[in-house]
Amino acid sequence: MDLKTMTYIIVGATFALYIGIAFWARAGSTGEFYAAGRGVNPIANGMATAADWMSAASFISMAGLIAFQGYQGAKFLMGWTGGYVLLALLLAPYLRKFGKFTVPEFIGDRFYSRTARLVGVLCLITISITYVIGQMKGVGVAFSRFLDLPYETGLYVGMAIVFLYAVLGGMKGITYTQIAQYCVLITAYTIPAVFISMNLTGNPLPQLGLIGNETSSGMPMIAKLNETIQAIGFGAYDGDPPSYLDMLLYTITLMIGTAGLPHVIIRFFTVPKVSDARWSAGWALVFIALLYTVAPAVGAMARYNVTNTIWPNGVQSEPVAIDNLPQWFQNWETTGLLKYEDKNGDGKIQFYNEKSPAMQAMAQEKGWQGNELTKFDRDIMVLANPEIADLPNWVIALVAAGGLAAALSTAAGLLLAISSSISHDLMKGILTPNISESGELLAARIAMAGAIAVAGYFGLNPPGFAAQVVALAFGLAASSIFPVLMMGIFSKRINNHGAILGMVAGIGVTLAYIFAYKGMFFIPGTAIFPASTPEHWIMGVSPEAFGCIGAVVNFIVAYVVSAATSAPPQHIQDLVESIRVPRGAAAAVDH
Amino acid sequence: MDSDESGKQYWAANIRLVTVLLAIWAFVSFGMGILLRPMLMGIKVGGVDLGFWMAQNGSIYVFLILIFVYAVMMNGIDRQFNVDEE
Repeated sequence: MDLKTMTYIIVGATFALYIGIAFWARAGSTGEFYAAGRGVNPIANGMATAADWMSAASFISMAGLIAFQGYQGAKFLMGWTGGYVLLALLLAPYLRKFGKFTVPEFIGDRFYSRTARLVGVLCLITISITYVIGQMKGVGVAFSRFLDLPYETGLYVGMAIVFLYAVLGGMKGITYTQIAQYCVLITAYTIPAVFISMNLTGNPLPQLGLIGNETSSGMPMIAKLNETIQAIGFGAYDGDPPSYLDMLLYTITLMIGTAGLPHVIIRFFTVPKVSDARWSAGWALVFIALLYTVAPAVGAMARYNVTNTIWPNGVQSEPVAIDNLPQWFQNWETTGLLKYEDKNGDGKIQFYNEKSPAMQAMAQEKGWQGNELTKFDRDIMVLANPEIADLPNWVIALVAAGGLAAALSTAAGLLLAISSSISHDLMKGILTPNISESGELLAARIAMAGAIAVAGYFGLNPPGFAAQVVALAFGLAASSIFPVLMMGIFSKRINNHGAILGMVAGIGVTLAYIFAYKGMFFIPGTAIFPASTPEHWIMGVSPEAFGCIGAVVNFIVAYVVSAATSAPPQHIQDLVESIRVPRGAAAAVDH
Repeated sequence: MDSDESGKQYWAANIRLVTVLLAIWAFVSFGMGILLRPMLMGIKVGGVDLGFWMAQNGSIYVFLILIFVYAVMMNGIDRQFNVDEE
């Protein structure tokens, strides 16, 4: 069977499964729509959380980022997993005990302020919309590469599927679909990785292959990779990062940003008990770790395979001739993600680091006219993995289904966070407090449909700054939501003024630093600094890494302002007391 | 809760546990994985140095252990102070 038919069958089967689950798990009440009736088993919730969390970026882009960054790519690995420790120890159990439906609702109640709730809603919507645009783009790209459908058609199909199960089932439908999506994506990610690890190191576990020996040379895998890429002028794979400080702050920002992402936090509202929320965070990280511990091996081995494809016998010998390029090379060239140019007209591809003086000397000597592998998009690393390892067509089709599962599951979680904060925080909480249960459920469904339309619009007309706004999402979550939630639980003294001014100050400095490098509201030409490159960053700190400094500002401002103004009223202090003890969590279900 | 005193002790026990676990969390990731890596270069884990391995794989395993240890110990503390869920 040819690849396209196979892909249609596998992707079609997974979609049918998701829709089937949607009809089975329809939501009948707001409790089911917002929190799946708080009846989800902690292990099942952990799996759903893992699918919710692992987006198109985790599945498709992360291993490629690590492949090109080497050691310092670990900031993504530690950052996007370490946040779960914070979530489990500092936030999840208490927010579950609080027993409400949304993150802004906690902020509004704890700080007895509609303004605080409104600031929370604004942060949540900015973060979630930003994030969902990337998922929609991922869906469109996966369709156009694997099913030969136009990007727009792919996007419409993706929107229709999400619409069906998210609008019908709310959190309940999304949770059970995400469990299925997790199974699809982890299988799709692991199978090619196991085969590639077997081929290169003889070890079927990629985690061990990474620290094992490369079979043909008997050298450690990473040492062999170092030798291979240093021969063509690149830095060592395990070499020092440009700045240890930047790597540190970047990691911290991703960690506290992860713990402050509303669509992840609301997943812990779905379990029956406080103790389940603790277990569930652990299970979520188990399922996330299954992919995240494999990703560094995928990155390193893909980098080695690609370099070896072009220089099969090393740089002292001849590179591969264009006529002898493997099939996957040709396949990906047609997508435009990979480009080569035979600059010196010798029918071969010289691939090397043009910036390296040693390589410039070698090029002069050998008559090279520059690096001829002119484009190699990092996203290819994971998507082309099964082709590079020469695996059967069904594995390639499975990777397509896995990429789609990762994008759709994350999109659905984000859309739920957006719609619940519109119907529950804005309408029920502020604009129309007397709305009935069925009215609110209808409003939630309309808000969900509206959010899908907005996400689809941005997917079709991606804003030029799409790649840069990811820094914004994590920066905002780190500098606003995480600190305010943590202070709300661990301090009885932080009051409404402190919380609001703290959030505004944290967001303010973070946005100021990002905009100073990327342009005011990302408008080109309005940046204060000439470029966002290491030589212009203050103390070498990148805008992406700045969120944790915003968080520190938030903590300090909130503390100082609260100390200078009156303590919160007694009933708020009692509320804090009550969320600190697990007993009585079940009673909070039907509020 | 039986008394204010018991409530204070429960919360203090919680804070102690969380502080210890977060100290380990920071030490393995920010410490061994990033800042102390140059000093740990001589220690090998298979074919890579300890800092590289902690940053790319090891710290994730430690994070997992930390969360499960927290869940077990915290549930125990809940029972000890009689504030667990029925």
